[in-house]
Amino acid sequence: MRGAKGRGRKIYIALLLTLMYVPIVLVIVYSFNQSRLSSVWSGFTLSWYRELFRDRAIFEALRNSLVLAVISSFSAAVIGTLGAVGMARLKPPPGKIGKAMEYLSILPIMIPEIILGMVMLAFFSLLGLPLGMLTLILAHTCFCIPYIYLLVKARLAGLDKSFAEAARNLGANEWRAFRDITFPLILPAVVSGILLSFAMSFDDVIISVFVTGPHTNTLPIRIYSQMKTGVTPKTNALCTLVFAATVLLCILSTVAARIRVKTPKKEQSK
Amino acid sequence: MKNNGKLRLPPKAALFNAALPMFIFTLAFVLGPMIYMVVLSFMQREGNWGVAANFTLRNYARIGEPVYLATFAQSVRLAFTTTILTGALGYPFGYYMARLKPVWRGRVMLLIIIPFWTSSLMRLYGWIIMFRANGVLDSMLLKLGFASGPLRLLYTYPAVVTGMVYALIPFMIYSVYASAEKLDWALVEAARNLGASRFKAFATVSFPLTMPGLFSGIVLTFIPSMGLFFIADILGGNKVVLVGNVIQEQLMKAHDWPYAAALSVMLMAMTSLFIFLYRRLTRSGDLEGLV
Repeated sequence: MRGAKGRGRKIYIALLLTLMYVPIVLVIVYSFNQSRLSSVWSGFTLSWYRELFRDRAIFEALRNSLVLAVISSFSAAVIGTLGAVGMARLKPPPGKIGKAMEYLSILPIMIPEIILGMVMLAFFSLLGLPLGMLTLILAHTCFCIPYIYLLVKARLAGLDKSFAEAARNLGANEWRAFRDITFPLILPAVVSGILLSFAMSFDDVIISVFVTGPHTNTLPIRIYSQMKTGVTPKTNALCTLVFAATVLLCILSTVAARIRVKTPKKEQSK
Repeated sequence: MKNNGKLRLPPKAALFNAALPMFIFTLAFVLGPMIYMVVLSFMQREGNWGVAANFTLRNYARIGEPVYLATFAQSVRLAFTTTILTGALGYPFGYYMARLKPVWRGRVMLLIIIPFWTSSLMRLYGWIIMFRANGVLDSMLLKLGFASGPLRLLYTYPAVVTGMVYALIPFMIYSVYASAEKLDWALVEAARNLGASRFKAFATVSFPLTMPGLFSGIVLTFIPSMGLFFIADILGGNKVVLVGNVIQEQLMKAHDWPYAAALSVMLMAMTSLFIFLYRRLTRSGDLEGLV
């Protein structure tokens, strides 16, 4: 494990990690590039950022994306957490029915996103729902639920059930046992589920392209159409800012993870 | 999974289970619509927008046309290429990562999480800067004397493959890492002590034990790679057309919904077959390191 072989492994990991960051670094560097067209470096400028902040449409898309990600990750958290707790209590019957129930719980992530987008678009228009924020929220909630469900389920499986049982034996009703014992214990999983859902909703292109209406842009849809029509450094600037926010979120969630190890019941998110 | 210690509920309470909203949601917005999609695929297109409720097999017959068959073939080929490359690059990474010291494991994990959480469009955008004519790669190769002119890599098949592998490799790394982390290294050492070569120890002990991770990585790579139309769109221009692109075009531009539905049903059938084979091969229902 030591010696030359171990070094080779580390070099491999370092190399692949570097490669992962190359495109990101390029975007950041070129967001400060003066030249509009070429990839040649022609001097440092902040003008693309200035131009970005004057773009009202982008801010509207940003606002839409934030509203969408917050509402759908929180709705998914409620539904998915209840789902995991409920399934644990229900003890799905062994055999075909149990398997079908398990499968149904994670169905949205078992099918390709593009099909999810297509079926939802077809269904929403069958129902006559106008495409826009509402359909986006429904669709995003839907694909976020399984992630919350799986994370909470994994956490529940590792929990000592005797706590909740003790509470119930001491006279707590179902709801109190859940609120005072189970919920604080699964909270870390719920929080990381929310963060993951938020990130995925915020980044989703495929499903959003299908279920959004002509008047509702989200940030990814806006960036996508910009990338198709023409490449401008303004998009670089936008991506750089979104990236900065992502890194911040990552660091926050790592910090939150550290805090909750020591004190299980403290507010972690935000 | 141990079932002892779980609370028993009276059957009536079980009926009004907390999981109910989740099932209703999935039934209403996923399973129901999927059934509708299947029905839609047997209907006829009417006028420029509408759908007529006449049973027809025309949509499926149309998939058999050479143009569309070629698209399917190209999608499958791209998905296979992507999956193989992702496995070849990602497996060693996940495997080696599990052998790092815990501190470094955490750091590497964070370093993978950041790009994974970064907007996939931004990361694609970086590849455009890299690949475009006289872009970063071209000028670098030119300076080093490896090329005499622009390579024009953007809007080619290799560009799309790069984008796909890049987008999907974190899934592979996670899956392999999740199963390599659980590996009992004492077994590998025992094999080595008993005289197995490094390669033999890997082939007979480590590899079979980390295979579930590799397989779930393959599923997690293969399935999305059939539908990632925006990567083909952005890095492939109109040179690389996948089933996903055709579905999107039929839905959004041609407004031929029954045909889009038929294509989706075919795609769904293919991915289901793939999952079925996966289950047969690994005899497991769970995907390792799915989240």
